[in-house]
Amino acid sequence: MIRDGAKPLLEVRNLRATVNGVEILKGIDFTARLGEVHAIMGPNGSGKSTFAKVLAGHPAYTVTAGEVLYDGANLLALPPEERARAGVFLAFQYPVEIPGVGNSQFLRLAYNSVQAQRGKDELDPLEFDDFVREKMKLLEMNPEFLDRSVNEGFSGGEKKRNEVLQMALLEPKLAFLDETDSGLDIDALRVVAEGINRLSSPDNATVVVTHYQRLLNYIVPDYVHVMDAGRIVKTGGKDLALMLETRGYDWIDEEARAAASA
Amino acid sequence: MTTTHPAPAAGYLESLLAGRPMLPASAHASLNALRAEAVDRVGALTVPTVRDEEWRFTDLSPLTRQTFQPVRERVVREVADAGRFDLGEAASRLVFVDGVYAPELSRITANGPVVANLATADAAQGDLAARHLGRYAVFRDNVFAALNTAFVHDGALIFVPPASAAAVPVHLLFVARTKGAASYPRCLVVAGRASAATVVEDYVSLTDGPYFTDAVTEIALAEDASIDHVRVQREGGQAFHIGSGAVSLATGSRFRSVSVALGARLSRYNLAVEQAAEGASCTVDGLAVIGGRQLADTHTSIAHRKPRGVSRQLHKCIVGGAAHAVFNGKIYVHPHAQKTDSSQSSRNLLLGDRAQVDTKPQLEIFADDVKCAHGATVGRLDADALFYLRSRGLGDAAARSLLTYAFGAEIVDRIPLPSLRRQLEATLLAQTQLP
Repeated sequence: MIRDGAKPLLEVRNLRATVNGVEILKGIDFTARLGEVHAIMGPNGSGKSTFAKVLAGHPAYTVTAGEVLYDGANLLALPPEERARAGVFLAFQYPVEIPGVGNSQFLRLAYNSVQAQRGKDELDPLEFDDFVREKMKLLEMNPEFLDRSVNEGFSGGEKKRNEVLQMALLEPKLAFLDETDSGLDIDALRVVAEGINRLSSPDNATVVVTHYQRLLNYIVPDYVHVMDAGRIVKTGGKDLALMLETRGYDWIDEEARAAASA
Repeated sequence: MTTTHPAPAAGYLESLLAGRPMLPASAHASLNALRAEAVDRVGALTVPTVRDEEWRFTDLSPLTRQTFQPVRERVVREVADAGRFDLGEAASRLVFVDGVYAPELSRITANGPVVANLATADAAQGDLAARHLGRYAVFRDNVFAALNTAFVHDGALIFVPPASAAAVPVHLLFVARTKGAASYPRCLVVAGRASAATVVEDYVSLTDGPYFTDAVTEIALAEDASIDHVRVQREGGQAFHIGSGAVSLATGSRFRSVSVALGARLSRYNLAVEQAAEGASCTVDGLAVIGGRQLADTHTSIAHRKPRGVSRQLHKCIVGGAAHAVFNGKIYVHPHAQKTDSSQSSRNLLLGDRAQVDTKPQLEIFADDVKCAHGATVGRLDADALFYLRSRGLGDAAARSLLTYAFGAEIVDRIPLPSLRRQLEATLLAQTQLP
């Protein structure tokens, strides 16, 4: 929801980043205010996932220029765990399997580390079990996923639900959802999208990174951004996604080239 | 890097044997004969050096620089201290303090297998021991098995009568309490036809000083018998521990083993499983968790001699500090062992730049219709998993600890006693807390 005078939660200015010496992000400017829902679209390799990972603090990426302010403070100075505790959440495109670490133990440790930061009570295993089962119901998740190792042997769709479950537990202020719709059938997509919508409020901001307009039928964005070659090349309203669906990305390239040569 | 390893000081074995006159003669003539034979054999053998292929990564000179003598006195004082090693599930428990049987700390119940101290075994038990002792753990070329046998006196004798199934485990607790002591723990497990039992062999310490444990365990399974065997080596930080296990499997029998090595400055465990008859199966899993300057060496061999044998092995090492883990796992498939189904995996986690592992899975196949797989990996904590945990708010140290713990827990989880699992999980959690 766009509101006049809403506070900027995330301000990204001229962000550049490399991985293994190769520049992937080439000057991103991006602002999300409280209450807003953003969609970032763009072709494969345009840097969408890198943008998400850099914001979450992935150590493989090196920021070479620019700044990122989160709640007015320098986000890039914080290690990943402190970003998480401050309310930044990344739903992974490829959630990691961790054999031997029980999912319920993992979820509880994550929940408690964020709770501790917020000065709230941590939950013991029994209390947490009741709490997490309620959250799982909303996502129509089978409680047996609590007893398995983190993401191990989960189907693609189950992994994505587990990501949104973590989001529901951690109640982030800034949620970045990286291709959360991929691997979901239409019913699962609806459930997951409803889960995300339910968490959206005037006190947080949501950014969905997606290839497909399909997701945006369920999660209606206030802004749609198009990324190409490491930059945001176009920003519009939700209609932009529909145009991309029918016309592809080429016309934006041409528009950008025309603008550059003008 | 090359270092020179001088041959152990001449007379080292003699210095160890010097403790023998303190040993009482056994009431069983065959035991005395076996001892005498072993003494002769020790005289003919030498302490291995790194020039011996089987010992190339494990330098015994820190052991041979010190001498150790057996302790004969009986001690009951440490009852309370030893209590923390109690396993609630175990009905019978035999406790040995510095190798000496401690009846005051032991309990023998009628519930489960026949359990006795070797030295005080009755005539029937003595006959059983005479028929089996030294038959599987052959000491001809194994100086430490020979030494152990030269000192054989107190020890654990377990007989599982045919067609009996003991739901309750037997706990064999070997407590080290004296600095400078040598102890020679001995276990014999004989499982009758179609019997089943669980045996826990547990080495613990109440001293921080150096001492030497030289243990031998023999396990014989008759047709269709089933034994679960757990071996926990949680010796003191200055201890030397050398253990040999020998297992013989008859037709259709099943042996499952989990060995965990956590303690000792230097430890070596040799486990040899002989599938002597058709359709036997074994699962041989292991875990070493070491740090500082510890060395933990595990050598296993599984011999498939007859058709349709099955073996499964997963051995894991978690190595921190400047510690050094060694794994050598031989699997022999002899010419008659058609339809053998064998898999072996060695997985190793190095926690720092100075940690070292040498692993050698070794498959030797002389039959043509078999299914065998083996592999080894050596790695560090998975960077993606680490980032994933941190992105959820776990601190770097907590995330590393959790992943390290999880790596080891896969083996600990295979131990069939919840109380022992809990003890080891707590130890594992404590040991995987990184600086």
